[in-house]
Amino acid sequence: ELSKEEKQRLRKEKKSQKKNKEKKDEQDALASEREKNCAPSTLSQPAPAASPPVQAAVSEPPAPAAGAPPADKPAKSKAELKAERRARQEAERASKPGKKGDPGPQSTAGKPKAPPSELQPVVKRLPEHVQVDNPEVLKKLAKKLERQQIPLRSDYGYKVSLFSHLHQYSRKAPLTQQLSIPSTVIHPVIVRLGLQYSQGIVAGSNARSVALLHAFKQVIRDYVTPPNEELSRDMVNKLKPYISFLNQCRPLSASMGNAIKYIKKEISNIPSQCKEEEAKTKLQDCIDRYIREKIVLAASAISKYAIEKISDGDVILVYGCSSLVNHILCEASEKHRKFRVIVVDSRPRLEGREALRRLVKHGISCTYVLISALSYVLPEVSKVFLGAHALLANGYVMSRVGTSQIALVAKAFNVPVLVCCETYKFCERVQTDSFVSNELDDPDDLMVTRKGKTQLEGWQQVSQLGLLNLVYDVTPPDFVDLVITDLGMIPCTSVPVVLRVKNVDQ
Amino acid sequence: MELQAVLMAAGGGSRMMDLTYNTPKPMLPVGNKPLMWYPLNLLERVGFEEVIVITTKEVQKMMSTDPKMKLEVKMKLDVVCIPEDTDMGTADALRHIQQKIKTDILVMSCDLITDAALHEVVDLFRAHNATLAMMMSKAHEFTETVPGQKGKKKTAEQRDFVGVDESGKRLLFMANEADLEEGLSIRKSIMRKHPRMHIKTGLVDAHLYCLKKSVVDFLAENKSISSIRGELVPYLVRKQFSKAANSQTTKDEADEQSQKQKDGNVNLDLHILSRDEPLLQLAQAYSCWNDHRGDMSDAYHGGTLRCYVHIMEQGLCYRVNTLAAYIEANRLIGSDSIIGAGGQIAEKTSIKRSTIGNSVTVKEKVKVTNSIVMHGVTIEEGCNIQGSVICSNAVVGRGADLKYCLVGNGQRIEPEAERTNEVIVGSDQLMEI
Repeated sequence: ELSKEEKQRLRKEKKSQKKNKEKKDEQDALASEREKNCAPSTLSQPAPAASPPVQAAVSEPPAPAAGAPPADKPAKSKAELKAERRARQEAERASKPGKKGDPGPQSTAGKPKAPPSELQPVVKRLPEHVQVDNPEVLKKLAKKLERQQIPLRSDYGYKVSLFSHLHQYSRKAPLTQQLSIPSTVIHPVIVRLGLQYSQGIVAGSNARSVALLHAFKQVIRDYVTPPNEELSRDMVNKLKPYISFLNQCRPLSASMGNAIKYIKKEISNIPSQCKEEEAKTKLQDCIDRYIREKIVLAASAISKYAIEKISDGDVILVYGCSSLVNHILCEASEKHRKFRVIVVDSRPRLEGREALRRLVKHGISCTYVLISALSYVLPEVSKVFLGAHALLANGYVMSRVGTSQIALVAKAFNVPVLVCCETYKFCERVQTDSFVSNELDDPDDLMVTRKGKTQLEGWQQVSQLGLLNLVYDVTPPDFVDLVITDLGMIPCTSVPVVLRVKNVDQ
Repeated sequence: MELQAVLMAAGGGSRMMDLTYNTPKPMLPVGNKPLMWYPLNLLERVGFEEVIVITTKEVQKMMSTDPKMKLEVKMKLDVVCIPEDTDMGTADALRHIQQKIKTDILVMSCDLITDAALHEVVDLFRAHNATLAMMMSKAHEFTETVPGQKGKKKTAEQRDFVGVDESGKRLLFMANEADLEEGLSIRKSIMRKHPRMHIKTGLVDAHLYCLKKSVVDFLAENKSISSIRGELVPYLVRKQFSKAANSQTTKDEADEQSQKQKDGNVNLDLHILSRDEPLLQLAQAYSCWNDHRGDMSDAYHGGTLRCYVHIMEQGLCYRVNTLAAYIEANRLIGSDSIIGAGGQIAEKTSIKRSTIGNSVTVKEKVKVTNSIVMHGVTIEEGCNIQGSVICSNAVVGRGADLKYCLVGNGQRIEPEAERTNEVIVGSDQLMEI
C-alpha cells in the first residue's frame, strides 16, 4: 500500500519519463525531417533523389494525400534515414531547447511511414491492425471510430495465441447491427459494400477493388461541397470514415489500399478553381480509367504473355479461384491451345468449386482435388499458375492460405511455378512470415455438419481448443519461378525495381 | 437517404369488428398504448427519423389528441389521409403516395407488435440488392379463451404456403391455400434452378416489406394490383423465374417485348433490368462467390429480380388482427397488470393479470382477472370479471359476473347479471355485418 504522496510521486515520474521519450522521438523525427529538407523552414524542398518529395507544409490536409504515394517506402529509405539520423542526433541534442516549438504535424506528415489512410501509426511504426492485443492501441482505435461515428466491431471467440494480435470477427454479428437503419452517417452504397465484404459476397482482390471504386463513384456523384470548404480537402475527409467503416467490415486488401491512395491523390490534385460538376466528372473519369487500365487491360496484357507459356498438351495446376488465372485459361482455350487443368481446392472456403465451374463452362477439361492430394497429382503437372493477393516489396507473394504449400511441393517436384499479378497489387510492405500481418476469418466456418451432426458445435466450451481460420500466407521468392505482370514477365526479385519505377513516375 | 418508412394505418380491422366498430384499429389500446405506437416505436428505436403514415381522418384526429403519441413518438410523422369510404388496398395506398417516394421503402402495418431485429431484413435487402425483402415468423398457438367463441376454434384462417431455398433466405414460392384449388404446382424452371426447396406452412407474415423504388413506379403504372400482401408479393415472387426477367435482355429486346405484351409486366423488366450497372456486373464476375452450387450458372442464376425472406425463429411477433391476437398481445405486453392514469381504484379490489385503461373507476370488492378494461370504464361494487374484454366507456353494474365476455363500447351491463362467453354489443352494431 503506497501512501498518497508516494503515489503522486510515482505518477509524476511516469509522466516525465513519457515526456522525455516523446521529446526524444520527436527529436529524431525532426532531425531526419530537417535532414531531408535541408532547411529549417517549413517550405517544401526538393529532397535528395532517393527520398520522396515530401511537402513538409504545416497544413495537414495536403500532407496525407501528397505524403501518401511516396510514403510507403520503408524498405530502402528506412536504412538511409537511420544512418543519417544517428549522425544528426548528437548535433541536435546539443541544440535541444531551440527546436522544441515545431508542431507535431510536421513529424507525422514528413515521415515516410506506411499509413494507409486511416491507420495512423504511433511512433512505433506498427499499423494498428496487428496490435489488437495492445489495449492502448485499441483505445485509440475506439476513440478514432467514435469521432467518425462508426461503431466498433467486437472480436469474437477465442484466438489462438500466436495470432492474438489480429482481429477475429464473426459473420453472424454484422456491423450494421449497431448502425441506424436508414444509414445517415455512412452513404448507403458504402453500407451495402461493407455488408457484401463481410458476408463474402464480394470476395477476391480484383472484385473488391472494382466494387470499392464503383462505390466511390456513387459517393462522388452524390457529394455536395459544403459552403466555405474546398472540394479537394473536404472530399478526402468525407472518405475517411467510409474507409474506416469498410476496414471494420473486413480488413482492406493491398489492392484496395493502392486504389484508395490513387483516388486521394487525384482528389487532392483537383485545382481549387475547378467547378464542382467538372471536378466530379473528372474524378469519375479517373476512376473509370484506373479500372480500365490497371485491371481490365492489365488482365488482357497478362493473358497475352501467359498464353505464350502455355503449350499444347500441358497439364496446368491452379489453386482456388483467382479471377486473373481463370481469365488466362479461358482466353487460352479460346485461342485453341490444348491443355487440361487440375484445380486444387481447400477448406473452409472451397473456392475451387467456383473456378471449376467457370473453367468447365468454357469447355476446358478439369480435374478437381483437395490440397491433401497435391503430391499425388504433381507428377503429371507441367506447370503451376497461381494468382496473388499482393506482391510484397521483398519479392514474397501474398496469396490465399495454401499457396505457399503448393509452391513448396511444386518446387520439390521441379514443376515451374508462375505467379500472375497486376502491378496495381504491388505493395510496399515487407513480410517474411505469415504471422505478423494476416487476416483471421470467422472460426465458425470450420464447423461442418454431416448427417445432421456438427462435431465442433461446442468448441467454445472446450477450454484448450482454438479454431484458426487464416486467410492469407506468404510464399518466398525462391519457390516462384516467374511473375507475369502487365509490364512483362519478371523474376520475383525484380518486384522492388518495379515499385521504384512506379514511384519515380508518380 | 436510404429507406423511407411507410406505415399503413388505414385498415378496418375486419376480423375483429366487435372491437373496432367504435375505435379504429390503429388506436385500439394494447397495454394502454395505441396499437400503432408499437410499430412506430420500433422504427424510432432502429433509427428512422421520419415516417409516412397512411391513415384515415378519424385516426388522425385521435392521434393528435392521444397523449402517448404526442409525447413519446419523437419522429416526424407525415400523415396522409385517404378517404374512408373507398376500399383502398395497401398497394393502392402506395400508388396514392407515389410522389412522396424518393428511395426504397420499408412498408409496415400498424398492427405489428414485434421485437425483431430489423437489420436482419434490411441486410438481406442491401447485401443481395434484392427487390423485395420481407419478414415472417413462426405462428404461435393462441391459448387464451376468446370471448364469444363457442367451442373449439375452427381454423378459419387459410394457410400460406411459403417455399424457401436451402439457405432459408431466398423466397421461391408463395401462395395462399385459397388460390391453390387443384393442388400445389411448382414450375419446372424453379425446380431446375433450386432443386431443394423447403415448403413451410406454419408461418405468419409480419407484413413488413422492403421494396425497391422501381416497384413503386411499377405499381403506379400497373393499376390492377391493389394489395401488397395478396397480389404484389406473389407476383414478384413468381416474376423471379419468368423467362423475361432471366434472359438479361438488352434494351432493344425489351422494346420488342413491350410491343408483344400489353400488360405492365414489361415495365417492371425495364425498371429492374436497367439497374445493374456494368461495374457492378464486372465486380460480380470477378468475385468468387456463388449463392448456389451444383449447376453451371452464375450467381443468382443470372436473374436480376430477387426476393428474400427472413424467418424469425425466436422472439415476439404478433399481428393484432383478430380478437384472439389482441388478447394475447395484451397478455404479453403487461407482465402482470397495467393500470392507466387518472382512474380510481377502491379498496378490497383484486386485479390480476389485467390491463386497466385510463380514467377507469373500480369500486370496492371487485375482482378482475385476466381481463382487458379499456379507458373510461366504470365497474360497480362486487363485480367479478374474468377473461373478458370491456371496451371504452362501458358500465358494469353492481354484482355482475362476467366470464369470457366481450362488452362493446358504451354498453351497460345490468346489476347482478351473469354472462359467460358472450359478446354484448349494442343493437346498432349488430346491423353491421
